Amino acid sequence: MLRFLLARLSGLILILLLVCVCTFAVFFVLSPDPAVQICGKNCTPELIDQIRANLGLDEPLLSQFLSFVGGLFAGRTYGAGDAATHCAAPCLGYSFQSSQPVWEMVTERLPVTVTVAIGAAVLWLLAGVVGGLISALKQGTWWDRGAMLVALSGLSIPNYVFALVLQYVLVVQLEWLPFPQAVGFAADPWQWFANYLMPWTVLAFAYASVYARLTRANVIDTLAENYVRTARAKGLPSHLVVRRHALRPALTPITTIFGMDFAGLLGGALITESVFGLNGVGKLTADAISSNDQPVIMGVTLLAAFFVVAGNVVVDLTYTALDPRVRVKSV
Amino acid sequence: MTTSEVILQARNLVKEFVLRDQGGLFGHKRILRAVDDVDLTLYAGETLALVGESGSGKSTTARLIARLLDVTSGSVQFQGEEVTGLSRAELYRFRSNVQVVFQDPYSSLNPRHTVERIVTAPLVYQGRTVPGGARTFTRSLMERVGLNPDHSARFPSQFSGGQAQRIGIARALAVGPKVVVCDEAVSALDVSVQAQVINLLRKLQQEEGLTYLFIAHDLAVVRQIAHRVAVMNQGRVVETGERDAVFREPADEYTRTLLAAVPRIRPEWQAARRARAHDRRGG
Amino acid sequence: MSSPSSAPLLEVEDLTVAFPSPAGPTDVVHEISFTLDPGRSLGIVGESGSGKSMTSLAIMGLLPPTARRTGRVRLAGREISSLPERQMRRIRGDRIAMIFQDPLSSLNPYYTVGLQIEEAYRAHRPNVTRRKARQVVVEAMERVQITDAARRVDHYPHQFSGGMRQRVMIAMALSTEPDLIIADEPTTALDVTVQAQILRLLRSVQQDTGAGLVLITHDLAVVSEMADDVVVMRSGQCVEYAGCEQLFSDPRHPYTCALIDAVPQLEDDVGELRAVGDAGPSRGGER
Repeated sequence: MLRFLLARLSGLILILLLVCVCTFAVFFVLSPDPAVQICGKNCTPELIDQIRANLGLDEPLLSQFLSFVGGLFAGRTYGAGDAATHCAAPCLGYSFQSSQPVWEMVTERLPVTVTVAIGAAVLWLLAGVVGGLISALKQGTWWDRGAMLVALSGLSIPNYVFALVLQYVLVVQLEWLPFPQAVGFAADPWQWFANYLMPWTVLAFAYASVYARLTRANVIDTLAENYVRTARAKGLPSHLVVRRHALRPALTPITTIFGMDFAGLLGGALITESVFGLNGVGKLTADAISSNDQPVIMGVTLLAAFFVVAGNVVVDLTYTALDPRVRVKSV
Repeated sequence: MTTSEVILQARNLVKEFVLRDQGGLFGHKRILRAVDDVDLTLYAGETLALVGESGSGKSTTARLIARLLDVTSGSVQFQGEEVTGLSRAELYRFRSNVQVVFQDPYSSLNPRHTVERIVTAPLVYQGRTVPGGARTFTRSLMERVGLNPDHSARFPSQFSGGQAQRIGIARALAVGPKVVVCDEAVSALDVSVQAQVINLLRKLQQEEGLTYLFIAHDLAVVRQIAHRVAVMNQGRVVETGERDAVFREPADEYTRTLLAAVPRIRPEWQAARRARAHDRRGG
Repeated sequence: MSSPSSAPLLEVEDLTVAFPSPAGPTDVVHEISFTLDPGRSLGIVGESGSGKSMTSLAIMGLLPPTARRTGRVRLAGREISSLPERQMRRIRGDRIAMIFQDPLSSLNPYYTVGLQIEEAYRAHRPNVTRRKARQVVVEAMERVQITDAARRVDHYPHQFSGGMRQRVMIAMALSTEPDLIIADEPTTALDVTVQAQILRLLRSVQQDTGAGLVLITHDLAVVSEMADDVVVMRSGQCVEYAGCEQLFSDPRHPYTCALIDAVPQLEDDVGELRAVGDAGPSRGGER
C-alpha cells in the first residue's frame, strides 16, 4: 500500500512539473511581451526595461522557469533593493491587471467554486444514479423512455442556454427566486441558497444526464451477470438481489468517473459562473483570458491541473478500496 | 509411421512472462516460467499430441514452435534451419511451411471477410500469386475440407461451428504447409461435430502427408488422432512416447492421474451395445 | 421405480418453454417429461442448443422474462410451476439448490465466499444469528473439503482456484440441506483431474444427504458415471428417456446411438469415428 501511494505521489509531482513546463512555454514564450502590456500607453523604452528587470524577464528562459518553479515551492523576491517585493510560497506571481498576488486571487475565489461543485455533485449524483437505476429496473417502460429523453436533452442543450432560460423563467417571470446577489451563508442562508440553486441545477442537469445513461447501462449489464442469476437461485428477495448483487458492481466504475468530473469542476465552471455572475475561479479564468492576464491564466491552469491529477490519485485509491480484486492479491 | 525424418525440432525451450503488480515502476516484479526446458521432436507425417491441463504450458509451447511468440531461450529448428531468429522476410517462408488452426473458429476468422478472402489472404500477404485464380483456388480448397464450394462468398457467421472450423483448416492449408499446429482445434465443438473434424484431419494427413502438432486437454480425443503423445505438467514435458505405450503403461505418476480422471462409459455397456448393433446389422 | 407410498421427488410433465420470435413463438423446450425419486440422479444430455439448460431454469422458475412456460413441475407432489414468485422464492435455494457451469462468473467478485454462502442460508432462515450462520458456512465448506475453511470463509472468489470455486458453489447449495440439487454443466469449465474430484464430491454429498440430483451436461461419459436415469435431448425434444445401463448398452433412438458412437473413448482402438449428421447451425460454444 505504501509502495502504491509512493508511486502515485511521484507520478503526481512529475505530471504537475510537466504542466508547469507546458503552461510556462505557452504563456511566457509564445505570447506577446508582457512588459509592453503592463507598461500601457504612456510608455518609454526605459520603463519597459525596468519592468522587465523587475519581473526577471531579461534573464534566460531556463532561469526564468526555474525561478517560477522556485517561487511555487519556496517563494521568490521580485526586484532588488528598496523596490524589492517578496512573494511568499506558493508564489504564482502578480496579476498584470490588479497587481494582486495571483495565489491570493485564486484562494479568494475558491470557496465559491467549491460550493458550486459540491452542490451540483450532490444533485447530479442523486438524480443521475437514482434515475438511471429506476430506468434500468423498468427497462422499456414509459418511465424509462421518458427519463432517457430528458437525459438526452440534458446532453444536447448547451449549458448557457439552459442557464438563461432558467433565469428568465424562475427569476423574471415566476419570481420564485430572488435576483442573485453575493451573500455569505451566515448573513442570509435563504438568499445564499437561492443564489446557488440555479448554478447547481444547470451544472447538475448536464452531468446527471451522463450519469443516468451510464448507471442504466451498467445496471442492465450487471443484471445479466451469472452471479445475479446465482443470487436469484439462492432465493434472495429481488430487492436484495438488486441492492447487494447488481448495484455495487454497477456503481463502482461510476465512482471513477465521478472523481474525475468533480476534480474538473474544482478548476472552475467557466460558463456557469459567468452567466450567474458568481465570483468563482471560473469567472476569474474568463476575465483573465479576456484581458490576457498571463500570470492569472497560468495560476488557474496549474490549479485545475493539480485538482485533476490529485483527483486521479483519490479515484485510484477509492477504486482499490472498493474492488476486492484489486485490493486483495490472489493466492 | 514409416518415415523417421525429423521435420521440426525444439530444444530446451523456455518462455518466461514478467508479471508486474500494480504500482508502476515501484511494483514487485514476478517471473512466471510458463515453458520450462521443453524438448520436442516432430517426425514428418506423424501426429504428435501435446496434452496437459490448463496452465501446463502446452499452448505457449505451440505458439513458440509456430513462432507466434518469441522464445526466452532455446531453439526451434524446421528442417534443420533455426527459426527463432528469423527475419521478417524469412518468416514468410517459415509461415508457408508451418500453420496454425485455433480453438474458436468464430473469433479467429475475420467476420467481415468472405471465405474466399479469408483463405486467399495468407497467399496475398506473402505476395504470392493464387494458383488458378482466387475463385477456383477457393473452390478446390473448400472441397478438400468438405465444404460446399458454392458457399465461397459467404461470411463465417453463416456457417455452423464445425463448418467454421473447416474454414480455419482451409485457411491453414492455403499456403501448402508441411506442419499444422492444431491448438485445441476441436475442443470447442460438440461431440458429433468434433468427430467429423477429427476424421477430416486424419483424412488430410493420409492424403497429403501433413504433420500435426495437436494440442489438446481431452485424452480421449488424443487417443483417436495421435501417433505419439507428450504430456505436459507445470511447464515441463513429463512423458513422451508412442500413443499406445503411454495410454497402456503410463510411466509418469502425473500421466496416470490424468488417465484415471477421464470419465468413461463402462466397457461392458459399450461391448453390449456393439454386439446388439452388430446383430441388428447381421439379422 | 417410485416407491408406492409417496410421490416422487420431482415430476416434470409436458414442460414446454417458448420464446417469441418474428415467426411466432418458438419452442426451445418441447413437452419434456420425467420423474426423479429421492436420492436418485437423473442426467440430461444434449449438444449445444438442445434446450437442456433451459429445462433446468424452467424448473427453478428462473427463465428470462420473455420466455413462456407451460406444463407442470411437481416437487414432492406439490405443484410448483403455478406458484407466485413470492412462494417460489422460498423454494429456490432452500428446497432446490442449483450449481452452475462457470464458478468464477457465478460468484460475485465483490463479496467474500463466506458472505455469499451465508446469504443462501439466511435467505430462508431470517431469525438465525450471524454467529450460527457463520458456523453453518464453515461446516458446509469443510464438508466440501475446503481445507482451512475457518480462514477461507473471508476470502474472495478470485483467491480460489477453479475447482475450489466450484466447491464453494456446492457448499452454498448444501448449506440449506435441499431436497434437490440441479447441477448445470458443473464440471465443464474444469480440468479433467479437478472434474473427477468434483464429480466424486457430488456423489458423496448426494449419498450423505439423500438429495436428488439433476445433472445437466453435454458429456455422455460423465452422465454414464453419474446418472441412474438419462434424458437425451435434441432441439428441445426428448428423444430418449431410459435407465442409464439400458441407454448405454441398448440405445433405441438412432440419435442416441450416433451420439454414443461419436464419443471418443480412451479404451477403444482407433478406427474411423462415426459422425452424427451436422445438424444445422450450432455454435458449439458450451465447452
